[in-house]
Amino acid sequence: MRYKFLKHTADIKFQAFGKSLEEVFESAAYALANIISKDKIKNRIKEEVSMQIKGADKERLLCDFLEEFLFLFETKGFLLSSIKKLNIEEKSGAYFLKGDVFGDKADDYELDNHVKAITYNEMFVKQVGDKFICQVVVDV
Amino acid sequence: MFKMVDVKKISEVEWEIPKTGKMLVPGKIFASAKLMEKIKQDKSLEQVQNVAMLPGILKASIVMPDAHQGYGFPIGGVAAFDIDKGVISPGGVGYDINCSVRLLRTNLKLENIQGKKKEIVHSLFRTIPSGVGRGGKLKLGKDELNQVLKHGTQWAVKKGYGVKEDYECTEEQGCLKNANPDDLSERAKSRGMGQVGSLGAGNHFLELQIVDEIFNERVAKIFGLEKGMITIMIHCGSRGLGHQVASDYIREMENKYGIRELPDRELVNAPIKSELGKKYLSAMACAANFAFANKQIITHWIRQDLNHYFPSIKIDVVYDVCHNIAKFEKHIIDSKEKQVLVMRKGATRSFGPGRKEIPEVYRKIGQPVLIPGSMGTASYVLVGTKKAEEVSFGSTAHGAGRVESRTSARKRLKGENIKKQLEKKGIYIEAGSWRGLSEEAPSAYKDVDEVVRVSHEAGIGNLVAKLRPVGVVKG
Repeated sequence: MRYKFLKHTADIKFQAFGKSLEEVFESAAYALANIISKDKIKNRIKEEVSMQIKGADKERLLCDFLEEFLFLFETKGFLLSSIKKLNIEEKSGAYFLKGDVFGDKADDYELDNHVKAITYNEMFVKQVGDKFICQVVVDV
Repeated sequence: MFKMVDVKKISEVEWEIPKTGKMLVPGKIFASAKLMEKIKQDKSLEQVQNVAMLPGILKASIVMPDAHQGYGFPIGGVAAFDIDKGVISPGGVGYDINCSVRLLRTNLKLENIQGKKKEIVHSLFRTIPSGVGRGGKLKLGKDELNQVLKHGTQWAVKKGYGVKEDYECTEEQGCLKNANPDDLSERAKSRGMGQVGSLGAGNHFLELQIVDEIFNERVAKIFGLEKGMITIMIHCGSRGLGHQVASDYIREMENKYGIRELPDRELVNAPIKSELGKKYLSAMACAANFAFANKQIITHWIRQDLNHYFPSIKIDVVYDVCHNIAKFEKHIIDSKEKQVLVMRKGATRSFGPGRKEIPEVYRKIGQPVLIPGSMGTASYVLVGTKKAEEVSFGSTAHGAGRVESRTSARKRLKGENIKKQLEKKGIYIEAGSWRGLSEEAPSAYKDVDEVVRVSHEAGIGNLVAKLRPVGVVKG
């Protein structure tokens, strides 16, 4: 299981899982795509985007990484289909993410939720044993 | 997982969280016992306590009867801050800056639209862009967008999308001052560029309604409302542009002031008088103006559209109120009138008679307060009161407030069934997504009738009229 949804009164809360920091970030990105559209996103490459993001901590990096998808969705109609590669490095206390992602055209799918923002509410990114878990609440 | 919060009953409609720990002021909750039960089920009360810890907060951290858990502030949260010692937090305004409601009155009666209702709703659905990710029909260049951000509704009227009376009957005359578009990131502007004149999705809607009941004849008459009249309600906000402003400034404030001292990361803030505080307020004003202009353009399209069906139709703005906003206002603090910064996050301003902020036509009786229900339930028009100015910084509720999560509503209900149920009640609906529709089912919300009853009984917004939906357009 890459992610699961949890109970929240007004917004949408999920936890995502992975064996590495990169994997947990990938899972979170797929969870977000699933909130926007419950359709199965075809692995067609209509758009390829390269990302470079810096964050003062892991939560901040995750927040900014996911927000990038909201921006791509609203400005380009980009819906995540697959993540080509993702790399996260820690350098002198800050986190650096580099990634290439593929997306399909949102117009071709039924869209379920308009995600307004990624919030810090109840957010965490942590390592439990050899697994990584993150939790995110998005404002819809 | 929820912290137990100690609550003291003050009256049938008011509760207090005594000042403890790091709280600088007590918490105050306007709710009936019935609503209180629901409010206790999430983190709203803990969030009321967190807000009470912010520097410069005055009198109390307040929450309205439709409260539910938000991010930083609870939804329904109201707090006022000392301008010299206080802070401004994007979490006190929310991501959907100036999510707001406009009510239009028409010279139509139900019999005029009977038999044409489906056609009209369908036509409005096609005319007004709505739905997830949908932009507007209006494509603005950068310079023009800057004008929207500076001048709000007044820009739209100048461009021919309405008349002077439209902005005169809008909170702040549809234009928050000190809005400098340079304080917005390019990212925020590019999210807003294609979205002027669009409803959006989620709980945003456009509704055809009928005035079903009048509670106060005298005030209703001054608001131009009478029983049997068709009204139109527009509920939308600043779209992606406002969301990006909130995210951008949360990040900037974290960089500048850090998050260590905060009870909740979403309560990151800056002193009101700091450079960054001023910049956020300016960017927020731009986003608010974007939302004001948005509703004005939608109003224009409604007028054009309905004019095809009813050539002698007359559509006037009753009023237009902000739900998510921070504003400088004068209030009585320690028996002295003082300028303070009031943040309303999912709350409506509810000024009583005499305030100069109220349009002249309503000034003698108090401002109209518009409380949208959830889809398919009644909406209400209330009138602002002096009492509200005394006990809630001139604020009351803003809607029904959710009780059920979206995922649970989706599992339990089917969009198509909701459509059928509503049709049985004489409400015709068109929606962008059936799956999304199930999440907005009336049963997922608190009882709006109970919310306005509490407002009336607490005297923070008094009942004037009840509006019943007959047609709904949803994103």
